[in-house]
Amino acid sequence: MMEHKAVEEAKPAFSLGRLLKNHAVPILFIIICALGSYYARLPLQFLIAEIITRMARNSFLVISLIIPIIAGMGLNFGIVLGAMAAQFAFIATVFWQMQGLVGLSVTVLLTIPVAIVFGWLTGMLFNRTRGKEMITGIILSFFANGLYQLICLWVIGGLIPFPDETMVLPSGVGLRNTVNLKAMHYALDNIIKWRHGMISIPVMTFAAVALLCVGMVYLLKTKLGQDFRAVGQSQQIARVAGINVDKVRILAIVFSTVLAALGQIIFLQNLGILTTYGSHVQVGTFAVAAILIGGASVSKATIGQALLGTFLFHTLFIVSPLAGKNLMGNPQVGEFFRVFVAYGVIGVALALHAWRGRGK
Amino acid sequence: MLSQHVLEMRNIVKEYFGNRVLKGVSLTVDEGEIHSLIGENGAGKSTLMNVLFGMPVIHNTGGFDGEVLFQGNPVQIRSPFEAMELGIGMVHQEFMLLPGFTVSENIKLNREITRPTLLSRFFGRSMNRLDRPAMDADSRRALDSLGLSLDETTRVAGLPVGYKQFVEIARELDKKKTKILVLDEPTAVLTESEADTLLETMERLAQRGISILFITHRLQEVLRVSRGISVLRDGEKVASLDKKDATVDHLAELMVGRALQSVGCKECGDSPASEEILLTVNDLHVAMPGEEVHGISLDIRKGEILGIGGLAGQGKIGIANGIMGLYPARGAVTKSGRPVPLNDTTSALNAGMAFVSEDRRGVGLLLDQSIEMNIAVPAMQSQGKFLKGPFALADDRAIRTHALRLIKELDIRCTGPMQLTRRLSGGNQQKVCIAKALTLEPDLLFVSEPTRGIDVGAKKIVLDLLVKLNRELGVTIVITSSELAELRAVCDRIALIYHGQLEGILAPDASDKDFGIMMAGGIKGTTERKVS
Amino acid sequence: MAEQRLEENGLVERLKSAAADLGVPRLIIFAFLAAMVVAAFLLELPIDTLTGNVLTRFGMNGILVLAMIPTMQVGMGPNFGLPLGITCGLVAATLSIELGFAGLQGFLVALSVAIALGAAAGYAYGLLLNKVRGEEMTVGTYFGFSIVSLMSIFWALAPYKSPEMIWPYGGSGLRVTITLQNHFDKILDHFLAFTVFGIDVPTGLLLFFFAACFLLWLFMRSRHGIAMTAVGNNIRFAESVGLNVNRYRLLASTLSGALGAAGIIIYAQSYGFLQLYQAPLFMAFFAVGSILIGGASINHATIKHAVIGTFLFQALLVVSLPVANLVVSENLSEVIRIIITNGIILYALSRRESGGETR
Repeated sequence: MMEHKAVEEAKPAFSLGRLLKNHAVPILFIIICALGSYYARLPLQFLIAEIITRMARNSFLVISLIIPIIAGMGLNFGIVLGAMAAQFAFIATVFWQMQGLVGLSVTVLLTIPVAIVFGWLTGMLFNRTRGKEMITGIILSFFANGLYQLICLWVIGGLIPFPDETMVLPSGVGLRNTVNLKAMHYALDNIIKWRHGMISIPVMTFAAVALLCVGMVYLLKTKLGQDFRAVGQSQQIARVAGINVDKVRILAIVFSTVLAALGQIIFLQNLGILTTYGSHVQVGTFAVAAILIGGASVSKATIGQALLGTFLFHTLFIVSPLAGKNLMGNPQVGEFFRVFVAYGVIGVALALHAWRGRGK
Repeated sequence: MLSQHVLEMRNIVKEYFGNRVLKGVSLTVDEGEIHSLIGENGAGKSTLMNVLFGMPVIHNTGGFDGEVLFQGNPVQIRSPFEAMELGIGMVHQEFMLLPGFTVSENIKLNREITRPTLLSRFFGRSMNRLDRPAMDADSRRALDSLGLSLDETTRVAGLPVGYKQFVEIARELDKKKTKILVLDEPTAVLTESEADTLLETMERLAQRGISILFITHRLQEVLRVSRGISVLRDGEKVASLDKKDATVDHLAELMVGRALQSVGCKECGDSPASEEILLTVNDLHVAMPGEEVHGISLDIRKGEILGIGGLAGQGKIGIANGIMGLYPARGAVTKSGRPVPLNDTTSALNAGMAFVSEDRRGVGLLLDQSIEMNIAVPAMQSQGKFLKGPFALADDRAIRTHALRLIKELDIRCTGPMQLTRRLSGGNQQKVCIAKALTLEPDLLFVSEPTRGIDVGAKKIVLDLLVKLNRELGVTIVITSSELAELRAVCDRIALIYHGQLEGILAPDASDKDFGIMMAGGIKGTTERKVS
Repeated sequence: MAEQRLEENGLVERLKSAAADLGVPRLIIFAFLAAMVVAAFLLELPIDTLTGNVLTRFGMNGILVLAMIPTMQVGMGPNFGLPLGITCGLVAATLSIELGFAGLQGFLVALSVAIALGAAAGYAYGLLLNKVRGEEMTVGTYFGFSIVSLMSIFWALAPYKSPEMIWPYGGSGLRVTITLQNHFDKILDHFLAFTVFGIDVPTGLLLFFFAACFLLWLFMRSRHGIAMTAVGNNIRFAESVGLNVNRYRLLASTLSGALGAAGIIIYAQSYGFLQLYQAPLFMAFFAVGSILIGGASINHATIKHAVIGTFLFQALLVVSLPVANLVVSENLSEVIRIIITNGIILYALSRRESGGETR
C-alpha cells in the first residue's frame, strides 16, 4: 500500500549557528550577565548567595506563567491578581497575629480560594476578549491594582473596622505602607537551612519549587494537560473534538493565578515585609521578563526556560546597579537599565511573536 | 432487522431567512454502501451535511423540517458531538488535526485512554493520566487497518496532505461506533496515486461493513467506487440511481440541468458585443488561497458579457482578483493594446477597470460608513473626485448629489444616503457595491458572485441591472459566478475553469452535458487521470 | 419589505443603539460625576475655582487625547506608545531651555522642535507597528515603557549644562522636575485670560486646543484623512481601491507622535514644570481612558469623543479630589483615576468590535 515516505524531518547535524539562532535570547543574556558580573566586581560568594536567595524567592512566580502559555493564552500578566490574593491573606493572618509555620499554612489555605475566584473571573474576562488576552491582562492588572488600593486605603478601617494600630494609618482608615511579616519571616525557608559560609540554602523552599516542577510535568501528562495543549494549538479543532474550550481556558488561568499566589507567599515570607501598595505591582512584568529571557516565547515555554530565565534575570538585577555605577559613575543608570531590560525584553518578544505570526 | 439502511434522511427541508436551500431531500445509505452525493456548488450538499451533523449554523437559524433515521431509529442530532456519539464520522475538507500533536494524539483527541490516579479520585477524570502506550496501540491498529505504515508517534506538522487525510480517516475508524463515514471532497487535495489509494481504501472499508457517504465532483471516481448515486440540484434531489445505470455524460447532464431564469432587460437592444478585443490575459497565475489560478489565457471582447464559471475552489474567483491586484499574480494583461501592470490595484483602476468583489461584506463595503461614503470613497481615492479647495477636502454636496442620483437609478432601498451599509439587505448592499464601481466610470467591470447570499427576488434585479448597464452604457462586463444557470441567462460567452486552468469556452446555449463535463474537469481531466 | 421595517424602526433602533453604545461603565462614570458635583455643592467647595481648574486641565490634557485619534481611526488601536511622543516633547523642551530661549520664543522653539522630533519618532515607530499588525496595543505598551526607562538613562547622563535643569550640587544628569518659571510657564494660559464669576478662563490655552481640534478635524475630512478612516474600517476595502495601507498606518503613527510631543509641551507650560524620568509612564493610559469615556471604541474615535471625554474625565478628577480629601483620604483621587481609566479600557476591549467582517 502506501509506502512510508521520508516523513521524519532529517535530524539536523549539530551546528553552532543553529544553536546560536535557536537560543539567541538566553545566550545574549548570559553574555550580558557575565559582563555585568565582571564589571560589578562583587565577591563571588556574595553573588552566589544572592542568586540562591532570589531563585528560591522568584522561581515559583515565573513557573506560574507556563500553563496559560501552553493553553494558547499568551503571557498571563494577570498573575498580579494572584499576588494580591496572597497579600490579602497575609494582611488577615498578620491581623490575627499568627506566627511561624502555622501562620504561613493558614495564609496558604486562605489564599487558595481567593486566588481561585480571581483566576475564574480573569478567565471569564479573557474568554470575552479572545485574541486580546495579553493587553487585557496588562490593563486588568492596573485596574485590579486600583481596586486593591481602594480596598487597602479606604475599605479597611473605613468600611470595615480594623482595630490594629500597628497596621492602619494614624487616621484609623487605610493600611500603612508596609505590613510587618516578622512573625512569619523565613517560616518556610528556615525549616531546613543548609549553610556554608555566606551561602545558605533554604532547602524546603527549593523542595517546594521542585515539587511544583514535578507537579507541572505530571499535570501535562494528564487528560487536563492534554486539553491545555490541544486548546493552545487550535480552539476550533478542540471544540469540534468536543472539548469545552472556554472551561479549559478558565482552568488554565485559575491554575496560573493560584500558583502565582503561592509564589507570592514564598516571596513575601522570604522578604519578611509586605509593601502594601508596591509588592505586587511589578510581579507580572518581572516574571514575564524572566521567562522570556530564559528563551520562552508567547506560545512556547518549558520549566527549564522558566528556571534559566529566573536565574539570568535576577543575576542581572543584582549586578546591574553596581556595574552601572562602575561603568557610568551613576548607580541610577544600572537601576534604569534593568527596568529597561525587563520592559524591552517583553516588548521585543511580543513584537517577534506578532511578526512571525503574520508570516503564517 | 427490518431495515438495513444505516442512514435515512426523509424529506429534509431547510430555509435560511426565507430562502429555501433544501426542498424536501431524501437520502438512504445502506450498510457497507459507498453512496455518492454530487451536485454543483449551492445545490445543497453542504447544508444537507450540516443537518446530518447537527451543526450550530442549522440550529441557530430555526432548525429544519424532516426526519433523520439512524439504523432505523429516528434521532435528533443537536451537535457534531452527538453525531459522533451516534457513529457518524466526518472527514473534513480542511483538516481538523493539531499540527503539534503526534498522529496518535490526534487520533485520540478528546478520547484519550486514561488511567485513574490518586488525584483523580478528588478532582475527577481530568486528573487521569494518559495511557500513551495504549493510545499508540489503538492508533496503530487503526492505521494498519488502512494499510498505512506511518509511525503513530510522528508529529502531524509536516506530513504530506495525503497522510493527513488518512490520519483523519483513521481517527474516525478508531471511534469503534463509527458506522458511516462522510468524506467531503476527499480527493480534491490529493495527488493521483494518493487518490487511487484512498479509493481502494474506501472499497475495503465498505467491505468491512462501514458505509461511506462520498461527496465529490470527480465523476470518474463516482463511477469507480459507488453503489448508489444521488444528484442534488437547487436544493432538490433530481435523481437517485445505481452505478450500473450511470455514465459520466448522464451524471453531468443531471448535475447541471437547465433552470433558466428569464433575466435581462426586454426593452433594451441587443448585446453590444463586438469582435474587438478589449482585454487580453496571457498566462495568468494568481496565488489566491483556495482559488489558485495556474496559467490562464483569455480574450475579453469589447461590449460583451463574459461569464466565468466552474466549481468552487477551481480558481475562477482568482482571475478577477488577480487582474485587479488584490492577490499576488504573474502573467501579462493588456488592455486595448496597453499593458496593465499586475499586483498594482491603482494601475488596474486607472486603466478603466472596476471590480465588485465576491466578498461583499469583507472587501466590498465599509460597513460602518454611510452609503454615500461607500459610493464616493473609491473614486475619491483613485481619481480625486468629490474633492474641493486647496486642502482637498471632501465635497459634501457633490457626494450627496451623486449618491442620491445612484440610489434612485439603481433603486437602492434605504432610509437615505446617510444610512450605514451594515444595515442594508444583501441585495441592496450589492447595489451599493455596483454603484461604487460605476462611480469609477469603468469600461470594463468585473463582478464576482453577484447573487451570492441574496434572496431570489433580488437576484433577478441585480442581474437585470448588469444587463442594463451593458446594453445602455456599453460597459464590458465579466461575471464570475458559481451559479451556471445565471451565467447562461445573461452572458454572451462562458469560460469554464478547472484546476486553475481554462477548460473551455461555451456558448450559453451549449448542452447541459458539455457544461457538466467541463465543470468536472472534462474528458481531458479523466483521460489524464487514466494515463498517469 | 425588510427595508421598510428598518425605516420604521430607525429611530427606536438608533435610540437603543445609542444606549447600548453608552454602556454600563460610562453610565456609572456619569452617575459618579454627578454625585461628586452634588457632593461638592453640599460640602460648599469653591465651585468657581473648581470650574477654572476643570477648564485649565481640559485644555492642558486635550492635545494628548487628540493624539489617540489617528491611530484609532486607522485601525491600530489606541496609541499606547504615546510615551514616545511625550519623550520627544520633553527633549525639545529641555533643548529650548538649554539653548537659553525664554518666553514666547522659548515656547515656539520647544513646540516646533517637539513636533518635528515627535513626527520623526512616530514615523519610525510606525515602521515597527507595521511589522506587528494585530499586536499594536501590547507591543505599544511595552515599547512605551521601554522608551521611558531608556530615556531615564538618557536624562541621568545627558550632557546638559543649564543650572536650572541639572542637580544643584555638582551632580550630573537632570532633575526629576524642572521648573519653567523663567521660560514659558503658563504662556498660553495667561494669553487673553480673564475672570468671570470668579472663574479664571485660560483663553489662550483653550484657543490653542480648539485650533488643534479644528486642524485635525479638517485633516480627517480631507482625502488622506478619509483614506485613513477607510483603512481603519476595512483594510481589504482600502486595498481594493488602491490605497497603500502601510503608508496610511505610518501617517497615523507620525501624526500621533507629533501630537503627543506637542501635547506634553502644552501640558508642561500649563503645569509649570517639566516632569522627566518615570513621569510619562502611565500618561498614555489616561489619554486612552479619556477618549474612551468620550464614547470612542478601540477602532473608532472622533474629535467629539476626544473633547467630551477629556472634559468629563478632567472634571471628574478635579471635583473628586477635594471631595475625596474631605470625605476620606488624600490618595483616593489617584486611585479613582486608575480604576476609571483602566476600567473603561477593559470595557472597550471586551466589547465585540464592529468594523470589517471576515468570512
